[in-house]
Amino acid sequence: MPPSNTASESAAARTPVALFDLFKLFFMAGAVSFGGGVVAYEREYLVGGSKWLTDEDFLSTLEISETLPGLNSVNIAVIVGDNLRGIPGAIAAVAGLMIPGAIVVTVLGVLWSNSRHNPRVNQFLLGIAAAAVGMLSVVTLQLGRRQFQRILDLAIIIVTFAAVSIFKISLAWVLLVIGPLAIFLYRPSAAGSAAQSAELHIPFHHGPRHGKLRS
Amino acid sequence: MRTQLLKLGLVFAMLGVLAVGGGTAVLPEMQHATVHWFSLTDKQFRDIYSLGQVAPGPNMMMVLVIGYRLMGALGAAIVGVAFFLPDCAMTLLANRLWVHFEGSPWRLAVQRGMAPVAIGLMCAGTYAIGKLTIMSPITGRMNPLSMGIAIAVGAILLWRHVNPGILVLLSGTVYLLLAH
Repeated sequence: MPPSNTASESAAARTPVALFDLFKLFFMAGAVSFGGGVVAYEREYLVGGSKWLTDEDFLSTLEISETLPGLNSVNIAVIVGDNLRGIPGAIAAVAGLMIPGAIVVTVLGVLWSNSRHNPRVNQFLLGIAAAAVGMLSVVTLQLGRRQFQRILDLAIIIVTFAAVSIFKISLAWVLLVIGPLAIFLYRPSAAGSAAQSAELHIPFHHGPRHGKLRS
Repeated sequence: MRTQLLKLGLVFAMLGVLAVGGGTAVLPEMQHATVHWFSLTDKQFRDIYSLGQVAPGPNMMMVLVIGYRLMGALGAAIVGVAFFLPDCAMTLLANRLWVHFEGSPWRLAVQRGMAPVAIGLMCAGTYAIGKLTIMSPITGRMNPLSMGIAIAVGAILLWRHVNPGILVLLSGTVYLLLAH
């Protein structure tokens, strides 16, 4: 995709971003984000640091990333890289994001494989897992704060959770059945009721901004 | 060996594509697949997940360690490619198609409908790690220390923003010190 397709407000529309700079920015985000929170660093560097994206650009990119399968941080790298420099840009961004973590986790994995019967290693890792449970709970609550407050969304959340965690239904089936059902409940003909009332509950949603990245 | 590698690649390609709502959403399925279809134990899965928390970048890079544990360096490479490549290709394609659905009411329907599904899956992922961590896999009894750390970390993060990396290392250290 030519750079002219990117946001009109951002500097990227005028000066094409160098592939190496793209790689470097995502490499930084991938190297400093310990314990998760990669998306926050991507936002900081893309919007605050480089100014390649406006905050609105970033939010609409995040919105697409959340709807698509895969890790949000990786999806953001693919989309931003593609929008700024096409397929080579996407490859540079994803490689940058993943290389630091891949190296560190591989080294840790080899060390762990050789010492996994050491009780101290086990206890340290158990403490980390406990921290992860606390972090995942908060992240889920924060990401779903709109959905937890709406009856229809809450029902979908509970059914999805129960299907996976209680009835142990395979994820493929859960997505194939509940996914289309949920989309059907928000189908355009029902837009007057369900979808538009959802609109009112979005905090930082000031009018239509969908696809602003390419406007 | 070759068929096992192929199977490993196919399983992780499937897991990558099914990760609607991010990595957490696919954790229960990943645990099930690696423990029941391959020789990973629940405890190893939990430990490897913890390693992912210590490393920078996306936490799900820990899939490389799963591959390494099961089938060495080749396993790590295959799992990495299988888990991330199809996903990235799909995202690239969707990004280019997305613009054609500009203004389509169905685009909004997909976003609105899939959001609670993704949150439900994240709840399931959190529950899976919670069960592995807070319930002893052997005795089935609750581990009060894990429970305490999880609650403390959650409370701290709700109270204010703290670098999660610090909380991760601190929690590991606290567990190590108090477990004796």
